[in-house]
Amino acid sequence: MSCRLAADNVLYGNPLFRWVYDLAGSALPCWLAYIIAGLVVMFIVVNGVLAGTAVLTWAERKLLGRFQNRVGPNRWGPFGLLQPMADLVKLLTKENLTPKGADRLVFNLVPILMMMPTLLVVAVVPFAMNTAVADLSIGVLYILAVSSLTILAIFMAGWSSNNRFALFGAARGVAVLVSYEVPVVLSLLGVVMVAGSMSLSGVVEAQAVPFLLVQPIALFVFAAGTSAELNRTPFDVAEGESEIVAGYHIEYSGIKFAIIQASEFGGTITASAVIVTLFLAGWQGPLASYLGWLWFLLKLGLVLFLFVWVRATYPRLRTDQIMAFSWKFLLSISLINLLATSLEIYWLRGAERALTTGDLWIMALMNLAIAAACLLVAGRLSQAKVRRVRPPLPVAASGTAAREAR
Amino acid sequence: MVLQDIIFWLLAAIMLAAALGVVLVRDLFRAALLLVTVFLAVAGFFVLLSAQFLAVVQVLVYAGAVAILLVFAVMLTKDVARGNQPNRLRLPAAGLAGLALAVFIAVAVTTGWTPLPPSVQEQAALVQTQASGGTTPEGLEQAGISGEVQRSQAQRATLADLLLGEYVVPFEAVSVLLLAAAVGSLALLRGRPQG
Repeated sequence: MSCRLAADNVLYGNPLFRWVYDLAGSALPCWLAYIIAGLVVMFIVVNGVLAGTAVLTWAERKLLGRFQNRVGPNRWGPFGLLQPMADLVKLLTKENLTPKGADRLVFNLVPILMMMPTLLVVAVVPFAMNTAVADLSIGVLYILAVSSLTILAIFMAGWSSNNRFALFGAARGVAVLVSYEVPVVLSLLGVVMVAGSMSLSGVVEAQAVPFLLVQPIALFVFAAGTSAELNRTPFDVAEGESEIVAGYHIEYSGIKFAIIQASEFGGTITASAVIVTLFLAGWQGPLASYLGWLWFLLKLGLVLFLFVWVRATYPRLRTDQIMAFSWKFLLSISLINLLATSLEIYWLRGAERALTTGDLWIMALMNLAIAAACLLVAGRLSQAKVRRVRPPLPVAASGTAAREAR
Repeated sequence: MVLQDIIFWLLAAIMLAAALGVVLVRDLFRAALLLVTVFLAVAGFFVLLSAQFLAVVQVLVYAGAVAILLVFAVMLTKDVARGNQPNRLRLPAAGLAGLALAVFIAVAVTTGWTPLPPSVQEQAALVQTQASGGTTPEGLEQAGISGEVQRSQAQRATLADLLLGEYVVPFEAVSVLLLAAAVGSLALLRGRPQG
């Protein structure tokens, strides 16, 4: 019995899937071959992301160590490379606590729900030519939709833990996520308009000039927004150790904590992969049809390094500063970007339907100028608005003042 | 196809069970989570109908935004864990719910279900034949087009044409309504000016 995959199937564009499907389909019924091929592809992708997560935990700690003039993990393996294994074994052997009065079902569901969006996003990212698991025609929208599910998982963690610090952390996390989603969506709209496609492969192919240059504001807004959504350091109020201990995952221990941590690091990887795809021309480079994966990995490493660099450089912001940054600054510049981009497309495109490389260069110059102007103006405005915090009155003095008032 | 039937019945079972759970579970937070399950199952149905765009929008709007609103409402409700106490509004509420159900069923039964205007149907049919019947899969692959992509692009295009063409007035009216709601909520939150 042999099966043929219909050409209009979403997975038809994936060579690996087709190969496994044909192989399994020669012996098994078609629907079983379909499931097996799907599982094989998923197995490879999921384990690839998890292995990347393990490497990232090591690289991040090592780099943070160097940034802080320390050595970083160096005990097990060459350069401490086996540190993630040691961490995993430690976390696996730890006790798996469930707090008293917790909503057990919801509490135990959370690690799975945290991991899910991270892995689902990978499905549409093309690592090299024709390697996206499913090249959806609405890839960008799919990424936004799937990653919005994290909000619910965070809230479930905070609610079910029966711990007020967890609830505080969840409320903060949800507030950050909800407010940063708006500028992120608006910034991606600009990218989609220039590319003329919502499929990630389409966006990669449209980048004759990397959108790093064509959409600099969108890149900035997207990078800031995703690092806020991933709870990375300048924006990690959701787990401010000095205030609310560890935020929404305070009650999680052992393997559940490991999964939540892995989902955060994996989220960083997938977000960086999305940035590489949307702004750094993805797998494009010299010899792209053979070395696409290499270019992709190099760019991914660069973006991850930048994320770690930012984490090592900036202190944690206050909650109100984070909110102001999103609503007053990111939202306004992403709206400016949207307006400028749509006007430019309207002027440049003229009669023919597609933007040429020359058009992209013109747009790049104009948008870089607009980005510089935005940063200058915003810098001026924010400097004018810095208020001096009044020093608190000494306790004795205020006490006497109160007594006198009485 | 066997697989699609299995998935359909599985989704239907999950959706009905979750919908029953929403009504029967006493813990309001869990009820909200079950409602999210129902939303996701609906998205699954859209995928089965090859309406990927609608499925993603369903997840984005319902599971992403409406669910958060619900969850916040639950969090701000007093005595959530004890669930809804029976009160005097029970009977009127049941009557209202029954009425709404009757209206929905009546509309579903009496509607003719020819949603697309003829011109759009022709366009969609044209794309369908181009994608599946007209050329061989190999030819399409060489041209770099897989049928699904083309079809769902056409889907999106027709949706956009309908929204910004034929139904532009209701579409804009909804936008204005949403803006008014946002401004109104801000005005309410701000309270009276101090002093």
